[in-house]
Amino acid sequence: MSGRSVTESLARDFGLTAEEYGRVLAIIGRTPTLTELGVFSVMWSEHCSYKSSRVHLKTLPTSAPWVIHGPGENAGVVAIGDGLAAVFKMESHNHPSFIEPYQGAATGVGGILRDVFTMGARPVANLNALRFGSPDHPATRRIVDGVVRGIGGYGNCVGVPTVGGEINFHPAYNGNPLVNAMTVGIAPKDRIFLSAAAGIGNPVVYVGSKTGRDGIHGATMASAEFAADAEEKRPTVQVGDPFTEKLLIEACLELMATDAIVAIQDMGAAGLTSSSVEMAGKGGVGIELDLDAVPQREAGMSAYEMMLSESQERMLMVLRSDREALAQAIFAKWELDFSVIGRLTGTGRLVVRQAGRVEADIPLAPLAEQAPLYRRPTAPPPAAPPLGDVPDPIGLAEALLQLIGCPDLCSRAWVWDQYDATVGGQTVKRPGQADAAVVRVEGTRRALALTTDCTPRYCAADPRTGAAQAVAEAWRNITAVGGRPLAITDNMNFGNPEKPEIMGQFAEAVAGIAEACRALDFPVVSGNVSLYNETQGRAVLPTPAIGGLGVLDEAAQAVGIGLGAGLDLLLIGDTTGWLGQSLWLREITGREAGPPPPVCLEAERRAGDFVRAAILGGGVAACHDLSDGGLLVCLAEMALAGDTGLRLAAPPDDLPAHAFWFGEDQARYVLAVADGQILIDRAQAAGVPVRRLGRTGGSDLTLPDGVAISLASLRTRHERFFPSWMDPAGG
Amino acid sequence: MRAGIVIFPGTNRERDMAIALRRSTGHAPRMIWHRETELLDLDLVVLPGGFSHGDYLRCGAMAAHSPAMSAVKKFAARGGYVLGVCNGFQILTEAGLLPGALLRNASLRFLAGDCHLRVERSDTAFTGHYQRGEVFRAVMAHGDGNFFADDATLDRLEGDGLVAFRYATPSGEVSEAANRNGSARHIAGIFSPNRRVLGLMPHPENFVDPLLGGEDGKPLFDSLAALAA
Repeated sequence: MSGRSVTESLARDFGLTAEEYGRVLAIIGRTPTLTELGVFSVMWSEHCSYKSSRVHLKTLPTSAPWVIHGPGENAGVVAIGDGLAAVFKMESHNHPSFIEPYQGAATGVGGILRDVFTMGARPVANLNALRFGSPDHPATRRIVDGVVRGIGGYGNCVGVPTVGGEINFHPAYNGNPLVNAMTVGIAPKDRIFLSAAAGIGNPVVYVGSKTGRDGIHGATMASAEFAADAEEKRPTVQVGDPFTEKLLIEACLELMATDAIVAIQDMGAAGLTSSSVEMAGKGGVGIELDLDAVPQREAGMSAYEMMLSESQERMLMVLRSDREALAQAIFAKWELDFSVIGRLTGTGRLVVRQAGRVEADIPLAPLAEQAPLYRRPTAPPPAAPPLGDVPDPIGLAEALLQLIGCPDLCSRAWVWDQYDATVGGQTVKRPGQADAAVVRVEGTRRALALTTDCTPRYCAADPRTGAAQAVAEAWRNITAVGGRPLAITDNMNFGNPEKPEIMGQFAEAVAGIAEACRALDFPVVSGNVSLYNETQGRAVLPTPAIGGLGVLDEAAQAVGIGLGAGLDLLLIGDTTGWLGQSLWLREITGREAGPPPPVCLEAERRAGDFVRAAILGGGVAACHDLSDGGLLVCLAEMALAGDTGLRLAAPPDDLPAHAFWFGEDQARYVLAVADGQILIDRAQAAGVPVRRLGRTGGSDLTLPDGVAISLASLRTRHERFFPSWMDPAGG
Repeated sequence: MRAGIVIFPGTNRERDMAIALRRSTGHAPRMIWHRETELLDLDLVVLPGGFSHGDYLRCGAMAAHSPAMSAVKKFAARGGYVLGVCNGFQILTEAGLLPGALLRNASLRFLAGDCHLRVERSDTAFTGHYQRGEVFRAVMAHGDGNFFADDATLDRLEGDGLVAFRYATPSGEVSEAANRNGSARHIAGIFSPNRRVLGLMPHPENFVDPLLGGEDGKPLFDSLAALAA
């Protein structure tokens, strides 16, 4: 490879356009070396430069009094009280997970963990938002198996609990699964570590695993569509080592307790290139690297290969020059490589040497400032035609049994049972117990409420409404456990941005997120964009996955979804019987049609603020927000979670029964309370729609017409899909 | 009661264990790095869960040869109390302090979530605050928890009353369905012949707080806390 001469044709192979290559020539003032071309091509890739998305992302609200660091750092940082901060971000690992599901997912978890502990935070929770192809597609089982094993294999070993997430299936993901991993960490809020290098002459230190030839040009791969030969890209996928990551976490946190670190950055996409360029660039200094000092796994690596390697579990730090020995001792204790590989300079240039030869000499300011930025053409998404009346073909009971067992609504226990959700000893609400995971902040009475949300079929029908709904649902899920929503991280998964209809989806989705975040005081503090999620020209559903974080001042006030006996069931929020894009419509009538349910952010806020106050005031035994499947599915989930039946009162007579019970109107919650009348009076006084639904007790879910469905039969249907699909032998 | 927790590279449940010990004993345990060998001041040494050395060899095999484990062997030989949970149990078998081995789960998948354990005897330092036959809930989180030993060893363990816990249903029935990892004779935990070394796969330390799922595991730590120093 190092022998190849640099031409415009090679630049195109590296993903640069002719115009972009022209800019490289102008900046360098000569034909670039192969290493220099590699540096430009990865730094200007979609993955690293956000060249198609930046103009839109700038419109997102990113500030609030509790926001300490918004987008632009390795992760977002918000104050949570007690002098502490939560550090969090969600990031995609879609392309690698399709090529090699286990390692793709595992290294996705590893990468997002590093983004968080890089900032000085101990990781305390992982979540993941997963979208897979149709269960009928021949590749889906293998991908689900590999991704779930990969997430578990990494997260379980590294000792960070996997506490939540979501899984959807849709044929649009047949050739492009989405694996979005989120990590949340806790740090003292005045001890946040940033990446801007400073102090000319200070040592640049490499720690962690050795560099090998894995993942070279991974960032470029993640910036292009797949053709039919996608599997041949396997050598661009990295291999994870969670044990080394665990050591790296402990060593970095130990070093961070001292005053040795000036700046620190993990080596993620584009490895040594992006970490050194970003650290020096942000600090406005130059950097010299001596590649001979880089710990290497194999002999004979070229400068190009070392600069572009995406070997995992590596960090780059700038240390105070008088603290080198102290730092070295800590890394020796943890048996990790530690090597001074360069110094900061005042030249403003990245200079890379190998065996005494200068392999790259690039001015950093133009590399950043002249990075391409595109306002790509957008085509407005077509409006979905109205749905019209849809008669009920099968009745409530049969529809409930089908819905509760369908792949998008069935029990995820088979998946959760492979994830350690309790390590760390702070998990208050585990997956399936509540709308958001609840993790206590060690040493305090507080807890974090964490969730990931997106309903891609809504986004496909109307990207703006669908994206706003994703934000609203995250806000609602945090509210439903009693949490105060603080901020989100957004993981934008879309197709090829060079197609106007895809860019139109993206622009509309960003607008929807911005609207919802403003209305709900729920700013975006970190995020990630994954474009080119297409295989053979077919794009995924637009999937703006939202990771939400909230806080409870008293962990003990958190409520779950499980019902107890002898309680009144109340519905909060307005029901119009919206069946457009509902799961009932898809699963029972086989149609994905109509516009998605409208999102009224004022109603969302009013209902949510009321519910949160009720929970924190005491007396709410259980709470569940309404989402996929609507009211009857929500009630069935609450009954199953608490192993307690319920009897339903008659629905309103101005709506078809199936629309009332399965419609997916937003801004709604079901509460279980000891005395319904008190809360009804309060809701009415607050102008919040409220309706009595029934009473809990027994071991059946009894419909208004007296038809009883046993919880045992519901549970059988609910729990059947994953084990019978994934482990058909019953193993 | 003075407790210490040994930390190997890759150990990850030391914080959980420290919380449980502090809750029952009233003071923080000493954290012992795997290169340390000084255990003289302790009454109890705990080997917590995790993936020591990544478990890239057999689980616990590398940790069993650490300097700290040489000291733990001497400590046990002097009659000191040793508790190994999950990876700690695996290390105890690899170090020869307990018989048998922990194989890959029968399902060949990592298993997490709640399980129920039946207490086989309550006249030990570890189980004094339980009743014999009592069932308590614990979480499991392991890929290799399938206890195996040859029949003669299993017969001896049972005959000598060295089975500490068995996987059971919530009502105390020992059944295949409750034995998710496929352990021989449903064994979840065993004692050394002097009943001063206990190894078990599930995590009692994760249930010591009503807020975090209950206090089912607390009697084990209360029993240890009640030991005279």
